[in-house]
Amino acid sequence: MTSASRALAVAARLRELGIVVALALVVLVTTLLAPAFLHLDNLSQILLSVSLVAIVAAGETIVVLTRNVDLSVGSMVGLVAFVTGDLLKQHAVGLPEAILAGCLLGLALGGLNGLIVTVGRVPAIVATLGTLNVYRGLDFFVAGGKEVSAYDLPRSYLGIATSTAAGIPALIIAAAVIAAVVAFVLRSTRPGRALYAIGSNPPAAETVGIPSQRLVFAAFAASGLLCGAAGVLWGSRFGTVNAFAANGLELEVIAAVVVGGVNIFGGSGTVFGAMLGAVLLGTIDNALTLLRLSQFWLQAIDGAVILLAVGADASIRGAVQRALRVRGRR
Amino acid sequence: MSDTPLLELRSISKRFAGVRALREVDLDLAEGEVHALVGENGAGKSTLVKILAGVHQPDEGEIRLRGEPLVLTGAAAARDRGIAVMHQHPNLFPDLDVAENVFAGRLPVARFGRVDWRRARSAAAALFARLGQPLDVTAPVRGLSVADQQLVEVAKALSLDARVLVMDEPTAALSGREVDRLFATVRQLREHGVAVLFVNHRLEEVFALADRVTVLRDGRHVVTAPIARLTPAETIRHMVGRQLDSLYPKQPAKAGEPALEVAGLTRAGVFRDVSFTVRRGEIVALAGLVGAGRTEVARALFGIDRTDAGEVRVGGRPVHIASPGDAMRAGLAYVPEDRHDQGLVLDFSIAANVSLPVLARLSRLLGVVDRGAERILAGDFAERLQIRATGVDQPAVGLSGGNQQKVVLAKWLATRPAVLILDEPTRGIDIGAKAEVHRIMSGLAAGGMAILLISSELPEVLGMADRVIVLHEGLVAASLTREEATQEGIMTAATGQASA
Repeated sequence: MTSASRALAVAARLRELGIVVALALVVLVTTLLAPAFLHLDNLSQILLSVSLVAIVAAGETIVVLTRNVDLSVGSMVGLVAFVTGDLLKQHAVGLPEAILAGCLLGLALGGLNGLIVTVGRVPAIVATLGTLNVYRGLDFFVAGGKEVSAYDLPRSYLGIATSTAAGIPALIIAAAVIAAVVAFVLRSTRPGRALYAIGSNPPAAETVGIPSQRLVFAAFAASGLLCGAAGVLWGSRFGTVNAFAANGLELEVIAAVVVGGVNIFGGSGTVFGAMLGAVLLGTIDNALTLLRLSQFWLQAIDGAVILLAVGADASIRGAVQRALRVRGRR
Repeated sequence: MSDTPLLELRSISKRFAGVRALREVDLDLAEGEVHALVGENGAGKSTLVKILAGVHQPDEGEIRLRGEPLVLTGAAAARDRGIAVMHQHPNLFPDLDVAENVFAGRLPVARFGRVDWRRARSAAAALFARLGQPLDVTAPVRGLSVADQQLVEVAKALSLDARVLVMDEPTAALSGREVDRLFATVRQLREHGVAVLFVNHRLEEVFALADRVTVLRDGRHVVTAPIARLTPAETIRHMVGRQLDSLYPKQPAKAGEPALEVAGLTRAGVFRDVSFTVRRGEIVALAGLVGAGRTEVARALFGIDRTDAGEVRVGGRPVHIASPGDAMRAGLAYVPEDRHDQGLVLDFSIAANVSLPVLARLSRLLGVVDRGAERILAGDFAERLQIRATGVDQPAVGLSGGNQQKVVLAKWLATRPAVLILDEPTRGIDIGAKAEVHRIMSGLAAGGMAILLISSELPEVLGMADRVIVLHEGLVAASLTREEATQEGIMTAATGQASA
């Protein structure tokens, strides 16, 4: 149709291509400087460390698409990780029950976020900033200064993270499956499309009869559920869980989502993009560690990548809007 | 046209906070007719549209669809009964593609709840084909022109099997070619038996498209007639004919030096080549219909929006205004139309509101505001403008509309401007407060201030203005002196009927 809209469609596709190109650049430069980077072990290590962030980022994507944000993800993961580990340590329940309990706890925490935002009409950024602290406080209360260490945990639990299928670590498979399911729901189901509609134009969503409140609630609940899953896997992967587990994870997660091209104002973006964002940031972290750069550079470069990504989005949008205004009336 | 009306409105009345927006209005729509609804700004067209959209419920009267009484409790109810409303600014999802916008909330699904994109796209494409306007259904809506976005709204209405389509000022943002295309689409709908209510104030378009026309004035039904029985001139006479009351006393003042000279001001796509002069002691009105570009000219003059060409002189000196700060330094003050969004900080006291633009002048060492001087300044204005409040410490939020407006005025007068731009200064305030605002304006002009007045109320324009600049679609359509200006004359120019 119009050249502007076609340009936009191309730009949206280029957005994900852009991340792939950035990723390729990082890989190329790092490989030249530190050939060890390309070893299969190292690449697998990158994906392993990214996989937990990726699972949480998939849930965050759902929330951000609706023009909301969930800042409490790190606290939810931490609380679930500790509670799951503690249940197993006390031999209170078997492994399947513990996993189920962890996921349900996440679902409940996310559901509470959803209630505060929809029924309580508290802006998501404030509501989840509150629950970020409340859930972490709860974590401290439950943990009481103790920690769960690998000695306390059953082998079967620790084995989840180290098991492989066809040579691929289970964590990576879990992240990929979760991303695929979320992608399917968002791309190809009515409720999924309604989430985009809500984020794109909230009043218009109401007028076409989309149950916005219920869906926003569901988005927060889904984010909680995925944090539950990530929390369960957290203990399995790291073995040791204290009240600081996953502290600050929300920043990594939101960074991945934003770098992945999910519009922070809702309505556009894909899980695939968010996954690419997580992989890009994880790869940069790994590369900088290999190159023995200080932690300072790590944070500064992560920050620069975010600004670059968001700046690129804004300038593309701005250019299209300007083109439209001049064309608007003759 | 068949004999049974598809949709009937019987004796519809609606009031808002004591203001009667509609009084016993009758209207009927037949299948396969294009029915134009015309009237001045504030005649009640928008209220009528909102009642049909289910946004407002009438206080009195009845809506009947095929003879059955109909209660529209919300947007969904109107849609379910086959009434679709197309607003001037399409209400779509910019991030989603065309097909998805057409079927938003009711996308076709196949097995396992999977959205059937192929069916959605082919169904959408079929709708556009039916309208004779093929559109790429996979394009995101954000990049579409307003005309194409409206087409999406029409397709949406068709897909809902709407029998009544209300189009609220659909051509306001369209170019000539796009208007022709829209008309072709509307004629297609008429062929399909859809009743179209075409709300518009461009008379040439009304006469080109409509089968019948209904005129509203001051919330009342004036006339409904087949288009062949009316001429544009007669229609304008029906639209105006408003009572001129003697509430508007602009005392004659000697026009002095030019205070504001505007030459060739242009903002691409919004207004073009706008030129006028306001002298000291003069009130010049910018008249025109909603969307003609009046507020846009004011915003550009005040540096809120960028201009693409033109020259502005204040007090004879050329000025370059790129921001509201520049404008204030040049001696301009702008009282915007929406005093809640743009004019007042409601939680602040009267004194804090008034001092806001002049804090630098009231500040002592290290920028500490002199609260005493602030209260003296505010108290002075409260007295001069007769602001009724418990004191200058009262928060603005508790004041009446008229007194809030006076606080906004005081705030800008505190900057001691040479030129005061007032955008709809009396909208939404009661008749007594209105008269006071007019008295204040007259007094300011007598004191040598140059005032640019934007008003949609013709009696106010005729009562207050020394000269009237009429805008039509971003161009100056007429420039009339106080003696030349009449309601008919202004409306003729504003509706694009003036040959000048």
